[in-house]
Amino acid sequence: MKKLAILGAMTAAGLTAGAASAATLDDVKARGTLNCGVTTGLVGFAAPNANGEWEGFDVGVCRAVAAAVLGDPTAVEFVPTTGKTRFTALASGEIDLLARNTTWTFSRDVDLKFEFVGINYYDGQGFMVPKELGVSSAKELDGATVCIQTGTTTELNLADFFRANNISYEPVPIETNAEAQPLYLEGACDVYTTDASGLAATRAAFENPGDHVVLPEIISKEPLGPLVRHGDNDWADINRWVLNALIAAEELGVTSANVEELASAPGDNPEINRLLGTEGTLGEMLGLDADWAKRAIMAGGNYGELFEKNIGENTPIGLARGLNAQWTEGGLLYSPPFR
Amino acid sequence: MSTYSDPPSGSFQLSMLINDTRYRSYTFQFVALLLLVLGMAYLGWNLVQNLAAAGLNISYQFLGEPAGYDINQTLIPYTSQSSHWQASMVGVLNTLLVAFLGCIMATIIGVAVGVLRLSNNWIVRQLMSIYVEIFRNVPVLVWILIIMAIFIAVLPQPRDFRGDDAEASMFLNAFAFTGRGFYSPAPIFGPGSGVVVAVFLASIAGIFALRNYATKALYQRGQLIPTLWPSIALFFIPAILAFYIMGRPIGLEYPELRGFNFQGGVFMRNSLIALWFALSIYTAAFIAENVRAGILAVSKGQTEAAASLGMRPNRIMNLVVLPQALRVIIPPLISQYLNLTKNSSLAIAVGYMDLTGTLGGITLNQTGRAIECIVLLMLFYLTISLVISALMNVYNNAVKLKER
Amino acid sequence: MSDTHAQSVAFVRDTMIPEQAPPASEAGIIKWMRENLFSGWFNTILTLVSLYFIYQIVTSAYPWFANGIWTTSSLAECREALDGMTGACFSVLTERWNQLLFGFQYPNDAYWRPTLAFFLLIVALVPVLYPKAPRNMLIFTAIYPFLAFWLIWGGTILIPIVAMLGFVGGYFAFKQFDHQSFAMGLLAGVIAAVVVWWVGGFATGAAPNLLALEAVPSRDMGGFMLNMILGTVCVALSLPIGIVLALGRQSHMPIIKWICVIFIEFIRGVPLITLLFVANVVLAYFLPPGTNFDLILRVIIMITLFASAYIAEVIRGGLAALPRGQYEAADSLGLDYAQSTRLIIMPQALKISIPGIVNVAVGLFKDTVLVSVISMFDLVGMIRGPILASTEWNGVYWELWGFAVFVFFIVCFSISKYSQWLERQLATDHR
Repeated sequence: MKKLAILGAMTAAGLTAGAASAATLDDVKARGTLNCGVTTGLVGFAAPNANGEWEGFDVGVCRAVAAAVLGDPTAVEFVPTTGKTRFTALASGEIDLLARNTTWTFSRDVDLKFEFVGINYYDGQGFMVPKELGVSSAKELDGATVCIQTGTTTELNLADFFRANNISYEPVPIETNAEAQPLYLEGACDVYTTDASGLAATRAAFENPGDHVVLPEIISKEPLGPLVRHGDNDWADINRWVLNALIAAEELGVTSANVEELASAPGDNPEINRLLGTEGTLGEMLGLDADWAKRAIMAGGNYGELFEKNIGENTPIGLARGLNAQWTEGGLLYSPPFR
Repeated sequence: MSTYSDPPSGSFQLSMLINDTRYRSYTFQFVALLLLVLGMAYLGWNLVQNLAAAGLNISYQFLGEPAGYDINQTLIPYTSQSSHWQASMVGVLNTLLVAFLGCIMATIIGVAVGVLRLSNNWIVRQLMSIYVEIFRNVPVLVWILIIMAIFIAVLPQPRDFRGDDAEASMFLNAFAFTGRGFYSPAPIFGPGSGVVVAVFLASIAGIFALRNYATKALYQRGQLIPTLWPSIALFFIPAILAFYIMGRPIGLEYPELRGFNFQGGVFMRNSLIALWFALSIYTAAFIAENVRAGILAVSKGQTEAAASLGMRPNRIMNLVVLPQALRVIIPPLISQYLNLTKNSSLAIAVGYMDLTGTLGGITLNQTGRAIECIVLLMLFYLTISLVISALMNVYNNAVKLKER
Repeated sequence: MSDTHAQSVAFVRDTMIPEQAPPASEAGIIKWMRENLFSGWFNTILTLVSLYFIYQIVTSAYPWFANGIWTTSSLAECREALDGMTGACFSVLTERWNQLLFGFQYPNDAYWRPTLAFFLLIVALVPVLYPKAPRNMLIFTAIYPFLAFWLIWGGTILIPIVAMLGFVGGYFAFKQFDHQSFAMGLLAGVIAAVVVWWVGGFATGAAPNLLALEAVPSRDMGGFMLNMILGTVCVALSLPIGIVLALGRQSHMPIIKWICVIFIEFIRGVPLITLLFVANVVLAYFLPPGTNFDLILRVIIMITLFASAYIAEVIRGGLAALPRGQYEAADSLGLDYAQSTRLIIMPQALKISIPGIVNVAVGLFKDTVLVSVISMFDLVGMIRGPILASTEWNGVYWELWGFAVFVFFIVCFSISKYSQWLERQLATDHR
């Protein structure tokens, strides 16, 4: 008899949902929520807390987009994706935005037909080993058993690195970060390798983080960024400029604390005025209202605030800004001008 | 009431397509076919639309490109520069390996448990039915993960073997049971070892010849030739003699702890063992039930007749009951083999690199060719199933009771 | 004569000796043990080995259970409380109880809804499972799916009501036209149902908050609740599909027969995990652009297809086991195909197939844990993912896996016991 419920539900859903159009922005507005793809759980980047609410650095991007587009940072439906499912989920329209520490590569951009809207974290692949092994360089890892998360660029980099250095290893492919953790902790693998930020996040969740070291070698470039489908340029623009707005806000000194005040009236800095909509019509050009950037910044703060709150040095994850500092402070973050 | 034996005569009318049972089946089939074609066309059209919208295409070019990733257990030569196709082949062989090992072990355990469930020992009977009920009623994925958890959490890891007062030590200095897998000595074949192997094979052939001769002698002349001790002697003596005459060409390579892992010897990975054991004990619970049903299907008169001839219980089982029960047992047994092979796709849960792990896992992830990979994956499993089904039919026809 | 005898025989028994108890070795527990445990050296060895085995298990498991800690909030605290003793940290179960049952995303204040739905499921199943239960309870069974949908997913009550009205309308239309022919009735029923749903769509659109429970999107379902939902929904859905497929495979119409054969053999030839991959990564490509089923619905579709192929084979066995005379008798009564199938063939064939169907159902329920492989958080998914990876419970294996084994064993074992009971109930042939 249960079949009836499902049939009924399907029909009812079909009747109420109606046909969707090609424009993602309209879909999102009609739906009232943003479907945002995140990891299945990586503390600091995207993980549900004890109450089941998602929080983290990538989650912050989703919330900023939702705030800019829908006016409500909580109007986000988080869809956990694995390395395997993330691209199909995006390509098939199950999610509108994939903010899941995904590396921007040529083939993903060109062959898989996705549009990376920017880079929110400059990362690289590193190795974590227990301190007691006494290893100080990745080149000493000959014969080691290495746990890798599958479905990422990680396993390709790893194969290249070991081949280039002509050393052998035993790969142990693991589907998710959560499954890799016990394998590594109990010693079934000598080494755990993934993006350095992921290593820091994983290590932070250990009982004794001090017993493990991240080796100095960073064997790859991993520019991580949110991405959307190819072909919907308006939607890509919105996401790109929300991200840029967060970065620019930090550069311009706009924070979640003072954004309300700065947006209330045009100030001295014309770029802040344009960003916050008190001058010019940037919001309108995006198909949004004038306050879009203000709402995005208020959702979780500017880039620097998001970083400090979720993965910065005062959090258990304890990542330094490093490459992810503003260009004015020797980092790589450089938002194009808002004009 | 009117009765008629002939269908009403007259010319064909359109309404007969619905009302006349002779033509109605054509209508139904036509409608069904039409619906099927329409449904297929609809799905196909959606696919084309979606692919066009995403700017993708269906292409199997990626199979020839370098895979780029390493696989830990390869039965054929493979490097990260080999193609995706070779990676898939490695996966196919790994699937077949674990399925083969699993089927053998499941059969051994299953037959033993099935026979013991009918033992006249009460306590053994109860234990066996507890085994069957527990393993049948819990998902095999849970068993796979539990055995993997034993590897991860209970068995000593290589680091525990390290140091002077190590927590763990090797068994007989030759076998190491670690959380990463089992290591055992591996034979090393030096020059001249071919002779030893040939002698050994020849002596096995000799044992079979002897047994054949003994059987013939028994049946034709009623002469009883002892076979047990000569067989054992044949098995060991020529090979050992050859071994020493050739100057001990076959050595053993012992595993030893070097660097991060044990090196040398034969290594069975934890993922292989976890998958193999879990599939075996799970499937064995089902096989045990089939065996029990098969034995119960042999009528009691057969047992009694054999007993009245003075046969001992184990001979009754071996010579009278099992051969007859086999006919009942084999068909469900083969479908259990089929299930085991299909369940081996759960390898992905413990990181065993079978076909689902290579083609359906990393290759799919790296190339993003989801449709192509999954089509190939399904075709492979379908082929295996059809081959096994075909074999089953051949066997069934061979053992079918020849009724006259 | 009598004299001599009287002198030569010193004693003649004139009463029966009272019955003696049999020798100690031939009676009671000792006899039983001799016969069942120690008959012959082989059996004796088996018994001793088994006893040793049981002894080992009991002595190692007992302190583990007895010293179990139920109240700490992390593994470290639990180890401290145990203070080096052997003991289980069952506190992981108490602390994560809601997550194990409902997943980590289902709203906390709505746990009563699936719980209630679960108990109502038992009530709804009673008339189906026990032939002796009062028949009018079936009305509740008919309402149950809609009620459960409303309880678990929330939203306005209008949606399930409209869905139900559609079925009621369809049924009446079917009754109206059924006397013309079965096909006509079916067609009329489908049309009526669609019309009701279409009209009802406006009603639900107009009053979206009527008696609304907080809506829960299906990707927030998790834990054992997800296993239960998938199991019951897919078994219930696959039964009718399986019947149709079985009939199709037995049909004399070659095209229909071959469609069914190919479908069944294809589904049975591939592992469920590949079908779940299809649901997860491929199915979306085959749906019209823009539509979007959520994952749980796609998974339900694929598992249902999977189960219906197996159920079809079981029912085909039942159909094949029916004596030819039943078909001929139905024909000779002048029943048409739909009538004879409905009234004569199916009731008997289904009765024969019940054990097989229950086996498939148990297997299917066990297979629902495979969804953890495609990143859904069912019971196994919760254990492997959020719980084992959390800082507090890193390394608690046996308590969690033991719980999973226990839960599945209880459910599957009782279903198979039920099927054995029902088989005896339905055995009407007095053998």
